[in-house]
Amino acid sequence: MKKVATISTLVLIVAAFACQKEIVNQVFSFKSPSYFPKPTYHFATNKITDAGFALGKKLFYDPLLSIDNSTSCGSCHTSTSAFTHNDHDLSHGLNGALTKRNSPPLMNLAWSSTFMWDGGIADLDLQPIAPITSEIEMGETMENVVSKINKNPIYKPLIYKAFGTNSITGDKLLKALSQFMLMCTSTEAKYDSVKRGQAKYTSVEQEGYNIFLAKCNACHNEPLFTDNSFRNTGLKTSILNDSGRYVITLDKRDLFSFKVPSLRNISYTPPYMHDGRFFSLSDAIEHYNSQVVNMPTLDPLLKREGNLGIRLTKDEKTKLIVFLKTLDDRSFITNRKLAE
Amino acid sequence: MKSKAIILLVFAFLSCNKKAMEPVDYANRSRITLSFNHVVGNQPLSLGNTTYTNGSGEEFKVTSLKYFISNISLTKTDGSVYVVPQDSSYFLIDESEYTSKAPIITTPPGQYKQMSFVIGVDSLRNTKDISQRLGILDPTTSAADMYWTWNSGYIFFKLEGNSTISPQMDKSFRYHIGLYGGITSGTINNIKRVSIDLNPLGGVKVNDAKNSTIFIQGDVLKVFTGKNKISIGSNSVVMATPFSASVAENYANMFVHVKTTND
Repeated sequence: MKKVATISTLVLIVAAFACQKEIVNQVFSFKSPSYFPKPTYHFATNKITDAGFALGKKLFYDPLLSIDNSTSCGSCHTSTSAFTHNDHDLSHGLNGALTKRNSPPLMNLAWSSTFMWDGGIADLDLQPIAPITSEIEMGETMENVVSKINKNPIYKPLIYKAFGTNSITGDKLLKALSQFMLMCTSTEAKYDSVKRGQAKYTSVEQEGYNIFLAKCNACHNEPLFTDNSFRNTGLKTSILNDSGRYVITLDKRDLFSFKVPSLRNISYTPPYMHDGRFFSLSDAIEHYNSQVVNMPTLDPLLKREGNLGIRLTKDEKTKLIVFLKTLDDRSFITNRKLAE
Repeated sequence: MKSKAIILLVFAFLSCNKKAMEPVDYANRSRITLSFNHVVGNQPLSLGNTTYTNGSGEEFKVTSLKYFISNISLTKTDGSVYVVPQDSSYFLIDESEYTSKAPIITTPPGQYKQMSFVIGVDSLRNTKDISQRLGILDPTTSAADMYWTWNSGYIFFKLEGNSTISPQMDKSFRYHIGLYGGITSGTINNIKRVSIDLNPLGGVKVNDAKNSTIFIQGDVLKVFTGKNKISIGSNSVVMATPFSASVAENYANMFVHVKTTND
């Protein structure tokens, strides 16, 4: 009788393991710092696994995702530049074609509920379809990408480990890409160490932080350094005549509004603004000091008490930049697990 | 001994499969075919070749007509409403694919006097997890050309063609109408529900031995002439713009009931 019980128990244990084969060898896991808000990404429908992450990473850096096998996601989102394209104002695409906008850095996407400069996409899983199928960016169809991946023997074991199937479908491919991008978390800047009580600001950094809190935190609010809103920052309209958020909402109040970008890793991500018009941080800050253009949809925070912009003395500007450099996360841009 | 273990094993595996199947009483269902036919005024729609004239006197040809219908419901003669279950209620009607123009729904037997459907895809399905957008709603396959990637959402209705009056380089006109009201901030809602009274031209009488077909006709001319007069010369490309609401108001009235067969 005892034997029966043992066999039954063993069988049950084996069966129970068979139920949860997806949680094996989880060594590199998603972490949310205690001082961060709750992530907005729907992990319930896409649980991050090592195998899913590995597949996502392979896909992210694979030029197979473009029509002429020339361009990968990583082409315009390089890990050493916090996943933006350093030195390019407007992103380049196929055959040297230019897009309308500056590729944004990819980091802390689990806390973002809208994607793209105009927020036209509200789910990270749906995001990659846009650049992959855009004629100027990667020019492919999702159907073709799925078929190329399924024909490529390198992917067979990766797909099997991630999803337990011999081939992949479009939704799974997108979920794997999300898993990789979600793991691109930047939470190890000096700012974070100070937040955790492991480091202290220098006196200049502290002064810069105080200036930041008084003059910038309303939109670039910590700890993500964006409030994920859309605002018109009074940039002079350019030849591109990009009306920003308006093209999504068709609400005139959103004309020329763009998503507030995070200031994390700011030293690694020039040029700045949606069209990359400022090549230095100093120029970007000077915009707020003296170059804000008044227009009907200008953000109210930029025309307080009859003054346009945010007044900053030269000294304040210098100290602010010193503080902003504490948002640089060297371990993020040098993380081998995320690099190509 | 062995058998006990096997039973346990089977039991354990069954317990993995949490989703209990809803019992469907197939014996007690009837099939209704919704047969969509398209015309341009009093001429049949023929893709590519035939020249038609719209209400603004503009000559045009049609190269593509595609639209989603969804959220179908049927009203019985006693006033009770049968709502086709969500997951069996999305269809992509494509003029170039004959089989797509005759979607089949299953209903409880009875006599029906009215049917209604949405042209497009409701906001809930527009914002569903990618894993729940299957078949014709999969933006990575069948719905690829009925989906806006840059402004996540389905294109509800697509009419394309050409006209010498079009200011476009290639003389094309393209009406891609979508917008479900937005998720992160409100925008235009072009979801239109069409109600069709079946009584005047024959309702549906189905019992378990019968199949019925409801013949519905869509008139492309109504896209140009209805509540709003739309000219290809002035509006050759209409996509996600405020003007899309005018096109949607027009196509919401393009469908009429032609007849019903109960065999």
